[in-house]
Amino acid sequence: MKVITANFVTCAVKECKTTATSFPLHFHDAELELQEVDFQPEFIRNVIPRIDWEGLRTTANELGFPSLPETKPEGDELTNEQTLKDLHRLLLETQVMEGKLVCGTCGHAYAIKEGIANFLLPSHLGKFRIEFRS
Amino acid sequence: MSRPEDILPPDLFYNDNESRKYTTSSRIRNIQADMTHRALELLDLKSPSFILDIGCGSGLSGEILSQEEPEHGGPHTWVGMDVSPSMLDVALQREVEGDLFLADIGQGVPFRPGSFDAAISISAIQWLCNAETSDVSPEGRLKRFFEGLYASLRRGGRAVCQFYPKNDIQRSMISQAAIKAGFGAGMLEDDPGTKNAKLYLVLTVGGGGLQGDITGVVNGMDDVSVLDARRKAAEINKGRAPRKGDRAWIMKKKDQQEKKGKVVKLNSKYTGRKRRIVF
Repeated sequence: MKVITANFVTCAVKECKTTATSFPLHFHDAELELQEVDFQPEFIRNVIPRIDWEGLRTTANELGFPSLPETKPEGDELTNEQTLKDLHRLLLETQVMEGKLVCGTCGHAYAIKEGIANFLLPSHLGKFRIEFRS
Repeated sequence: MSRPEDILPPDLFYNDNESRKYTTSSRIRNIQADMTHRALELLDLKSPSFILDIGCGSGLSGEILSQEEPEHGGPHTWVGMDVSPSMLDVALQREVEGDLFLADIGQGVPFRPGSFDAAISISAIQWLCNAETSDVSPEGRLKRFFEGLYASLRRGGRAVCQFYPKNDIQRSMISQAAIKAGFGAGMLEDDPGTKNAKLYLVLTVGGGGLQGDITGVVNGMDDVSVLDARRKAAEINKGRAPRKGDRAWIMKKKDQQEKKGKVVKLNSKYTGRKRRIVF
């Protein structure tokens, strides 16, 4: 799973989607791999406004990357090829091959195997959650 | 022709053997490629975009998204969702470029609001019309899917879903679910009336881009004729049976009585008029 995807994915449980802690999902025991992808400055420029920078900083931190700048690069900074290349490397070329994604609200762990995240929910979570009070 | 949808749920039907057969069959590959190109044409993307591939399977459609020429706005980056582990396994072996998710689209689309520029789905969403366990219903699954999809697309984004409905009931069930979720929806049919008819559900998320309504999607395309069902529905509404008590209704009733041989008063210009209060 690419880091860019991790910046968009949320917990699949319906009740969690509305809570603030369901995003970003936290990586646990992540094994990384670098896969070369063609550099596309245009795509990076297109997608940057939609990136949640705080979330990306958290993710990068968890994966052990040097900390990112405090604020999202904007305007002129996006014409700087080196900035775009760094972002490209982090967002598109860094792949999480094995590990877990854990939701900060419900604690559900989504397993990642061979780069594929398992977002299938057990049927009681996929629909409505019924809680019994004792 | 037998429908795989009637045999087993998708995660069981597409086992290792079926997935391999599906992916290696040159006939299926060609059809899938044609439909993906058509869908891309409908999406009308101008620059490299972030696309969601719903029911990506072994990545036959995703491959085309990655290979799209720069002059047509490509290559795109995509994220695929599928419920069949075997299909995803084939996709891994083929080393597709997109990110893959093992997920059931009937459980929703687990992405942040406004994540994607566009979504594409080739021969997948008819599977939502089947409910495999008694605690879910097709309507509920369709609702969760379309609501999730609507939220995950950016404003002005589009989705094109090619699907094979079993019958008209399924067709309208799917399109109604999409409209309820808030999409502007239209249907495009290729080769209508033949065995190879292909149905595309074209969905738009409001705001920016498209001027006017959904028919604007096919502006400038060759060989596309627009049939506006909304106008037809409005006409049907206009010409429907007369309401009880108005002149047309009275005339009809008088006719019926006359045919039965009853004595009926003559018609005049005063027939069916109200008696106004004189003072």
